[in-house]
Amino acid sequence: MLNQFIKIKSLLRVVLLLCLTVLTGCSSIQPWVKPYERQNIADPIMAFSRDPVSDNYMHHVFQAREAARGSEGTAGGGCGCN
Amino acid sequence: MAVIRRALSFMPVSRLLFTVISGCLLCIEVTGAVLPEDRADALYHYYSGGGVDIQGPSILVRKSIKDKVSVSANYYIDNVSSASIDVVTTASAYTEKRKETSVGADYLNEKTNMSFNFTQSDENDFSARSAHFSVSQDFFGDLTTLNMGYSQGWDEVGKRGEPEFSEEADRRHFRLGLSQILTKDSLINFSWETITDEGFLNNPYRSVRYIDGGGYSYQAERYPSTRTSDALAIRGMYYLPYRASLKLEYKLFSDTWGIGADTIEVAYVHPMGDEWIFDFKIRQYDQNKADFYSDLFSQIDAQNFLARDKELSTFSSLTIGIGASYAEELKDWVHFDSYSVNLNLDFIQFDYDDFRDLRVEDTAVGEEPLYGFNANVVRLFFSVFY
Repeated sequence: MLNQFIKIKSLLRVVLLLCLTVLTGCSSIQPWVKPYERQNIADPIMAFSRDPVSDNYMHHVFQAREAARGSEGTAGGGCGCN
Repeated sequence: MAVIRRALSFMPVSRLLFTVISGCLLCIEVTGAVLPEDRADALYHYYSGGGVDIQGPSILVRKSIKDKVSVSANYYIDNVSSASIDVVTTASAYTEKRKETSVGADYLNEKTNMSFNFTQSDENDFSARSAHFSVSQDFFGDLTTLNMGYSQGWDEVGKRGEPEFSEEADRRHFRLGLSQILTKDSLINFSWETITDEGFLNNPYRSVRYIDGGGYSYQAERYPSTRTSDALAIRGMYYLPYRASLKLEYKLFSDTWGIGADTIEVAYVHPMGDEWIFDFKIRQYDQNKADFYSDLFSQIDAQNFLARDKELSTFSSLTIGIGASYAEELKDWVHFDSYSVNLNLDFIQFDYDDFRDLRVEDTAVGEEPLYGFNANVVRLFFSVFY
């Protein structure tokens, strides 16, 4: 269990480091995918979840029978294309 | 025994939905500087497995106002008929109904999206209220979306047959997420959520068993009054060369009760023409037991905290899901743009490593066969976009 906790904390540090890298690097690194190149990303089949009500129900099914909880989401998917 | 006839995990269902809703708020804003699309969904859901049947409708309506605000309302019902192993071995079968209503609003201001939601859920021995807030911001040429969220919930726990029984529990969720477009064909999402609970966290009906002479007896469960958990998920989507997508997801979970869990999911989406979309997915979940869980305690009051909820045991589950969706434009309709009809089927297998099947009586105490069951889930829904 301790190992699991340490794994989560380590991964969280990596994520936060990535966030900081992105935040601090914005001034020198330019967005590399141009708006006109986002046709595939904007396709509905690239949404992490196309139907929130339906996916919420499956999260509910699992959470009622499994101890894990949190970080389920992804309804909406995303690309910031518009 | 009539008092405990309602033993099983449907008391926590409301609080679990609270987690789901708060998690989804996190995601909705992954879309960043775009309001959710106007739509209405009517879902019929059906679950059958382990002696439990649950079915009912869910209705969602969402409408935007002047491209700045989107409001939504959701109504959800669970009709439960339970003769699960817990109920069969310690009580008697029961039926019940749970109703949930929620209202929400999204506010968009340039590249910032704020979401608010309030939910109320009621059963005859349990009620839950929860409030959710999240904010997301697009930046870096809209390649990156950062989101944060907070939720708070208030539960009131009752007990059938004991009107004087009344307990409370409070819950707090803290969420952080980052979505990044990596290439013109791939994107990645990280999400982290910490949840803290405080109050009466166990099921007032459930019992643990302990060795008593040559057999066993039952006593009430006792859980700690606090629980804190962390979940970290990493998801990736990849657009395949022939217009199909592949999703990979890995989630780590850990809590202060000693439970650790891993979830791996792979999903494949394959469209055919402009109308049809087919979904395939496989999901593997593994968890280890809580520190205070045991299928059979050595004696009465063997330790401070006692649990025999199979949800807290060591087990794994495997899910295989398929789905089909048909969508069509409504060209001649004034007020509607399109509609879709969707059918999803999921088959789940649960295998428990230290939860035994007490329906088998002709074995020595503690040597009953391990429990396991299969469940089928059906989701049939109709959506209209306007």
